[in-house]
Amino acid sequence: MSPRFEPVGGRYLHLELLGKPHRLYVEEAGQGIPLLCLHTAGSDTRQYRGVMNDARVTGDFRIIAFDMPWHGKSSPPAGWQDADYRLSSRDYVRMIVEIADALELDRPVVMGCSIGGRIVLHLAHEQPDRFRALIGLETAAFTEPYYDLSWLNRPDVHGGMVCAGVVSGLIAPTAPVAERWETLWHYMQSGPGVFKGDLHFYMIDGDIRPKVGEIDIGRCPMFFLTGEYDYSCTAEGTLAVAEKLGAPATIMKGLGHFPMSEDPEKFVSYLLPVLDKIRAL
Amino acid sequence: MIDSIARHVNADEGLVRRGRFVDTTFMIAMDDADYLIRIEHGRVAAITPGPFITPDYSFALRASRSVWEKFWQPLPPIGFTDVFALVKQKLMRVEGDLHPFMSNLLYFKDVIAAPRKGGKGPER
Repeated sequence: MSPRFEPVGGRYLHLELLGKPHRLYVEEAGQGIPLLCLHTAGSDTRQYRGVMNDARVTGDFRIIAFDMPWHGKSSPPAGWQDADYRLSSRDYVRMIVEIADALELDRPVVMGCSIGGRIVLHLAHEQPDRFRALIGLETAAFTEPYYDLSWLNRPDVHGGMVCAGVVSGLIAPTAPVAERWETLWHYMQSGPGVFKGDLHFYMIDGDIRPKVGEIDIGRCPMFFLTGEYDYSCTAEGTLAVAEKLGAPATIMKGLGHFPMSEDPEKFVSYLLPVLDKIRAL
Repeated sequence: MIDSIARHVNADEGLVRRGRFVDTTFMIAMDDADYLIRIEHGRVAAITPGPFITPDYSFALRASRSVWEKFWQPLPPIGFTDVFALVKQKLMRVEGDLHPFMSNLLYFKDVIAAPRKGGKGPER
């Protein structure tokens, strides 16, 4: 019997990112319109495993996902041991643009979840002409901290367990058990302080409320999908942004904050109509 | 409802294993009814109803009875599925020494939600 490989390939990309040399892990599947996928805070590209393995998506789209520096199989830059990791809006936008350039992607679609669902608003605001379309999963213009973030990185609390514990309730209660725990496993594997560093963008630096009104979806179409059980980026938060932009938004039944990972099949059923619209642009 | 926590937790080998390093007493408070829940090596050793004059516990979870009742439904309504969802909406306070709670969050979340198992809810 021949080995049973997925139609997903992973490679390491070397590039200058934010002025420093980086070794970045990149996964790909499918052919067609480039669709660059952004994982959530403190996780990695494995969240898109279901999308990458779904032939209904990969038939017309080239799915590309990268582990952000510090995440998954991407290394932190040399010298990381002497400073705290803290993601800023400015660095996150630059990172996405520099990676898309390094991969020689021609006006890719970008789909991001949570921090990725926030950064697509920043991309639409700052670089609308560089992208064919933007898909925000679990998008809100801002989320205030609702617990003390210092618990996420201290030596007397297991970082992996507390990060998974913090996010576990964001998964829909009806999600398949195996996918729920796979999603949490990714959080358990995050490096020390990485989730907390991403949340600096999500809960402090990345507040885009004052600029949402300046986004022009005529220059770059936007689409929003949010799980009904998400209490971090709420349905109300997404609908408020979508209404302000005049962009379509769908609240996904039976899904939470990690739709592509907690129930991939259900998520793809919501994604396909969006991809149809993008194909027709 | 609260009494069922002991039965459900102690019958769940995986959950007891997850909490095998937990030894503490915490409080569940609803309106003016308080309960102390004693955990030893991940098992619920005792649930003691108040009133208490000098309750001794590490941390307390306080919410109204109506919030707890929604939280304990087999499939809770949106916004009532998780302790942090309640905290974010200011429907619950978690107070005291949070170290045992935060360092065993995946354990305590399922202990606190254990009464849901009395009904026909989704598998966790």
